[in-house]
Amino acid sequence: MSAAATPVVSGRLLRRTAADRRRAIVDRTMRTLCLIAAILGVIPLTAIIAYIVVNGIQALTVDFVTKPPTASGVNGGALNAILGTIQMVGLASIIAIPVGVLGGVFVHEFSDRRSARVIRFSADVFVGVPSILIGIFAFTILVLPFKQYNAFAGAVALAFLMIPVIMRSTEEILRLVPGSLREASLALGVPMWRTVASVILRTGLPGILTGVMLAVARAAGETAPLLFTALGSRLVNVGDFSKPMDALPLFIYNNARQPFEILNKQAWGAALVLLIFVLTVNILVRARTWRRRPS
Amino acid sequence: MTQRAAPGSATLPRRGSRWPDRLFRGTSGLAAWAMVAILIGLAAMLTLSSLPAFREFGVVEFVTGTTWDPVASVYGAMPYIAGTLFSSAIALVIATPIAILTAIYLAELAPPRIAAPLTFLIELIAAIPSVVIGLWGVFVLTPFLKVTIESWFVSNLGEIPIFSGPPLGVGLFAAGVILSIMILPTIVAISREVIRSVPDSQREAMLGLGATRWETTWKAVLPFARSGIFGAIILGLGRALGETMAVTMVIGNSPDLPDSIFDQSQTIASKIATTFNEATVGIQTSSLIALGLILLVITVLLNIAARALVAQASGRDEGGMR
Repeated sequence: MSAAATPVVSGRLLRRTAADRRRAIVDRTMRTLCLIAAILGVIPLTAIIAYIVVNGIQALTVDFVTKPPTASGVNGGALNAILGTIQMVGLASIIAIPVGVLGGVFVHEFSDRRSARVIRFSADVFVGVPSILIGIFAFTILVLPFKQYNAFAGAVALAFLMIPVIMRSTEEILRLVPGSLREASLALGVPMWRTVASVILRTGLPGILTGVMLAVARAAGETAPLLFTALGSRLVNVGDFSKPMDALPLFIYNNARQPFEILNKQAWGAALVLLIFVLTVNILVRARTWRRRPS
Repeated sequence: MTQRAAPGSATLPRRGSRWPDRLFRGTSGLAAWAMVAILIGLAAMLTLSSLPAFREFGVVEFVTGTTWDPVASVYGAMPYIAGTLFSSAIALVIATPIAILTAIYLAELAPPRIAAPLTFLIELIAAIPSVVIGLWGVFVLTPFLKVTIESWFVSNLGEIPIFSGPPLGVGLFAAGVILSIMILPTIVAISREVIRSVPDSQREAMLGLGATRWETTWKAVLPFARSGIFGAIILGLGRALGETMAVTMVIGNSPDLPDSIFDQSQTIASKIATTFNEATVGIQTSSLIALGLILLVITVLLNIAARALVAQASGRDEGGMR
């Protein structure tokens, strides 16, 4: 805090009245309250991270990342969940990245104002749709017809979550690409598609990657869209997207509800794995954007 | 928004074949409109699938009904609507004052050296997966609330019906606290942005008149930012209403209408999360989806209203913030 805590009006020329003193006290009190609020705001984050690290680290053994779960939890691991998350988030990215990036390109480069507004509005609204409803949607179109919970439906649900995020961030980044680059390329006779691919997207690539990474981190932590789609499974499922598959968030949710301490411990372990991934991505991304726009 | 050069290559001389351009434009258009199609598809599917329930019970009766009994095949949404609204209301009561004061601190008072990392830390909460926060809620927060805040309220203010016990830890109040943690970053981030976009002339004029920093903030900056902050709060509310996993894990999932804020309850999202897979009869599934439709309508309307408020306040015509 700066020295400005003393009342501004107390100069040499002005006499300090009782009212001034009261104003100074109000000023100081409210500013302190603001500081306290900010500290209060950080406490939950610290508490959550501390508990996850302390409890999770005890569960993180070699078995944990190399073995499938066992019924009792003894000698069991979370291999099914780790592989499941990698596969489903991977497939979701394969679907969502092209759709999201191309969509963002269309809104910025090709569409007229009205279409752009409609598409942007849809993406913004969709970001606010509760993820559990996206789960119901994916269930209806991809689980009901096949009468079988499957990992493909889970990946599609995650892709639905990622698309609007990637689309909006791509568009925001493309706005920052100078128009002169585009004009220069077009003036050289380069066709539009090559201009977009090798000039515009190339220039915006770091920013687009940032948006993609944030979307991936978000999808990796989502549980609700997977409940009625991938369902979860105790078996290690590699490559069979027509069958149920586990994921780290599902693993945490299911093990947290068990009455056995050893299974609860594994939930903490899985939470730590997830947290490390999500926080690493976020911190890397923030560090990047900070360096680029030091504001 | 900046004006961009005339879109497309309409003025380009024909040089070679133009089909790759058309193909590229077509594909990207398809991708962009897929977003619109997904949204419409979701809304249409929820509406269609909930029709049987609405037809069977009537819209008003379904919304106001207080019994949810799969055995008797009677479905009423009120307990879950109440659980959703109450838990979110508790979250707002806790989060709003803290979030606004924090936003003021970050935007107006803190030196940049402190403001930047603090903003980062607070926004980091939004990145933590909901199920991880729920895990912490189950094993750390609820036992803590049970022996501290809840038992204090019950033993000192227990005569007031809404504070009546027993303190269970798990319940509406715990859900509200968890939600307040989860919506805090949303409200802080957007309020901070709105406050920062208040023109400096406002501050300078007020300081020039001899006002203190707080008077400047309170009387010259906040009135300017009021509608935007209001929008931020509504966006937070929208997040709270739809939040699923963390709430499911700490609210206790009881199908009764709550009498006290320490009662166990259930929200629309947690009801769907816990029973959708077990629903075997068509009408039960349809009723659950009807719950989902109610949730969709509320959250979408709130989001649209909030975005309009925030966009207006921060002077941008398109808000791209989450």
